[in-house]
Formats: sequence, structure tokens, C-alpha cells
Amino acid sequence: MSAIVEFREVNYSAGGRPVLENFNLAIEKGETVVLLGRSGSGKTTALKLVNGLIFPASGEVLVEGKSTKDWNSVELKRRIGYVIQEAGLFPHFTVAANIGIVPRLAGWHQEKITGRVTEMLANVGLPEYAERYPRSLSGGQRQRVGVARALAAHPTLLLLDEPFGALDPVTRLDLQRQFRALRETALFVTHDIREALMLASRIALLCNGRLEVLAEPGEFLHSDNQEARAFLEVLESVV
Amino acid sequence: MWFELGSLTLEHLYLVVISIFIAAAIAIPAAIGLTRREGWRRFALGLANVFQTIPSLALFGILIPVCGIGKITASVALVVYAILPILRNTLLGITGIDPAIRESAVAMGMTPRQILVEVELPLAARSIIAGLRVATVATIGTATIAAAIGAGGLGVFIFRGIASVDNEQILAGAIPAAIMAIFADEGFGWIERKFAVS
Repeated sequence: MSAIVEFREVNYSAGGRPVLENFNLAIEKGETVVLLGRSGSGKTTALKLVNGLIFPASGEVLVEGKSTKDWNSVELKRRIGYVIQEAGLFPHFTVAANIGIVPRLAGWHQEKITGRVTEMLANVGLPEYAERYPRSLSGGQRQRVGVARALAAHPTLLLLDEPFGALDPVTRLDLQRQFRALRETALFVTHDIREALMLASRIALLCNGRLEVLAEPGEFLHSDNQEARAFLEVLESVV
Repeated sequence: MWFELGSLTLEHLYLVVISIFIAAAIAIPAAIGLTRREGWRRFALGLANVFQTIPSLALFGILIPVCGIGKITASVALVVYAILPILRNTLLGITGIDPAIRESAVAMGMTPRQILVEVELPLAARSIIAGLRVATVATIGTATIAAAIGAGGLGVFIFRGIASVDNEQILAGAIPAAIMAIFADEGFGWIERKFAVS
């Protein structure tokens, strides 16, 4: 089976400082790979390399077998759903217009867009919110709309950058459960070890731009890597 | 008297509308260009600021040898004054947009043109209109001085009143100009509130 995304010997530096070094990782169809690491470990950089917001200094990132440098920039981004903290919704668009934006850009018929938006709103549990504006939604609702928007145009892959980071713990758990139920192919960035263990098919632990551990959650719990132990201590610190 | 008041008011309005229209046609596209060229931004704003500090009578004086006397010279000067507030507000409106919103627009595969038309301009609209509002009110005032170089408008009453020490004449020019300014301010204020987002 060929990978949806493959990092091959990727190096990236910003301001003379290496952010990612000799990074290798493949994401298979249907799995959720969680990039776990502290702030500045390079996880967001890895995410942005996938949809061509930035490009590697050396090495390459393959999406569906084709290097991001060879993809048409707009086409690549439209095939990949992108969710960020606070959702980044357009404040001047209704919820329905926000969700329907990528299908509209891709030139779908209005009827098909309306149908898809209705379907997505039902999927994320907000069927009555189509004509509301983002400012009248709670943080959790906005994040749901963010996920619905990312999924609307049937992307082959979802990229999520700490999507639930700004939510209260109860809402966060609710959204994490719903996300897990979606079973999308995804690359998920977080610094929360519990979130990683809950959502990941595999956890990729980054430290100072290097991949330290790549393991399924069960194995990760028993890793003797120093950085992994540091994260696992966080779990143990909770009584 | 009443007929003259009417025709001078129309003349005044005409000067203002033409000048604001031209200033907007220059300043808004220039500001959009400047949002993409950070280095030029300070230079352009500095230049616009310098023009703003030239006293209006002096600017009219400088322009007369180049453009002669009359409406054209007056319009050129009024345009120069109106550019800064429109330029600055358009720039602030676009650069002030939450970076997360622009980032998600890019990440969703919007082209630079789509980002401008669908995201940046709508979100900056309120600020741009606020710039037009300031520029228009200021231009209504400055345009009274245009009478000094034969461009007509309500300033004709004011200058005639000063020359003949006739307060009634001065007020006949000043009051309609003030009313015009208040209406412009309220009108743009109303449009501005229509564009309120978030």
C-alpha cells in the first residue's frame, strides 16, 4: 500500500536554525498520526510542509506519491483539509458559507454544495446553525465548524494543528471523541500526551527537529526514550 | 443671493466629490499594493504625511505655475490632502486582519486574487470607509480655500465676506459648508455601521 504522505530525509531551517532534521515519516490511508512535541519542536513546520505552505530545504515531501514541489499549489491545498486552533473561520461568512467555501472554489454546483453543507452540519451536530455567523458560536461550536469546513470537499487527508487546544477540558473530550469516530486519514499536531494517546494510530515524538520515537500508543507507554519519559511523567503527575 | 448660494453649494459639492473619487482611486489600489511590499510602506506613508503638512494656501501657490488657476489646481490639491487618510486606513484595515484568517484562506487553496476580493477587502471595508469619511469631511473644509484661486465653491462667500467685513456673507459660506460636513459624516457613519463585522 502506498502512503498518502511521505517525508523523505526532510530538512528545513528558519533564520539559520534547523527546525527539522533528516525527518522521515509515512502516513498510510486511514490512520491518524499524531505529531507530539514541545513548543518549537518542529511539529507545526512538518504540517505546513505537507500542504505546501512551505517547502523543504532538502529532501522531499510526497503527497499521494507526488512531491509537493510538483503539485499545483492551489490544487494540492484543496485536496487537504486544514484545521487550526480557534478555527480561523471567516467572520463575514455564515457558518454555511464557511463550510461550503472549498467546494465553491472547486466549482461545485450550488445544489451539491448546499447538500454537502447540510450533511456536514448534521455530522458535527450543528444542524440549525447554517445561517449563524461565527461570532455567535461558542469556542467548541466554532471548532466543529472548522472541522466540517476542512472535510467538506472530501479531502484525501486532514491536517490539524492543535485544533482543540483552546477549548475547556469537557468540550475538548467531546470533540476528541467525535474526531476519533470520523476515522479520517490525518496528521494531528499536539503537545498534549493524553490527546496523543487517545487519538493516534501512531505517535511521532519530535524533539528539537528530530524524530525521537515512532510508535503505537501501547508501545509508546513503555518507551524508554528520554523525551518520551518526560511526556509520560506528565500523565503520572495526575493523581 | 439664494440662487448664488445654490449654485456655489453645488460647485463646492462637485469639487469635493471629484477629489475624493480620484483620491480613492489612487489610494485604495496603492494601499493594496503596499500590503504586499512591506519595505515601501513606511516610505509611502511618510511621503503622504509630508504632503499633509504643507499648508493648503502654500500648496495652491505651488500648483498655480504648473496647473494654472481654477478647478483643476484646486482638485489636485484636494486629492493630495485626501490621499493620506484613505491610504492609511486601507493599509491598517488589511494588515490588521487576524493572521489565522489569512492563513486558513491560503491553506484552503484560495488564489491571491480570491483572498483579496473575498477576505481582505470585505474585512477591511469598515476601516476603508472610515478613511473616506475623514477625508471627505476634511476636504469639505479645505475646499472653501479653493475660492482663493478662482475655483469657486462656498469659499467665494467667505472670502468676499472677509474682504468687505461682512459677517453675514462669511456665515452664508461657512454654515452650508458645516452642514455639508455634518451630513457627510453621518452618511459615512451609517455606511460604516452597515459593514460592521464580528
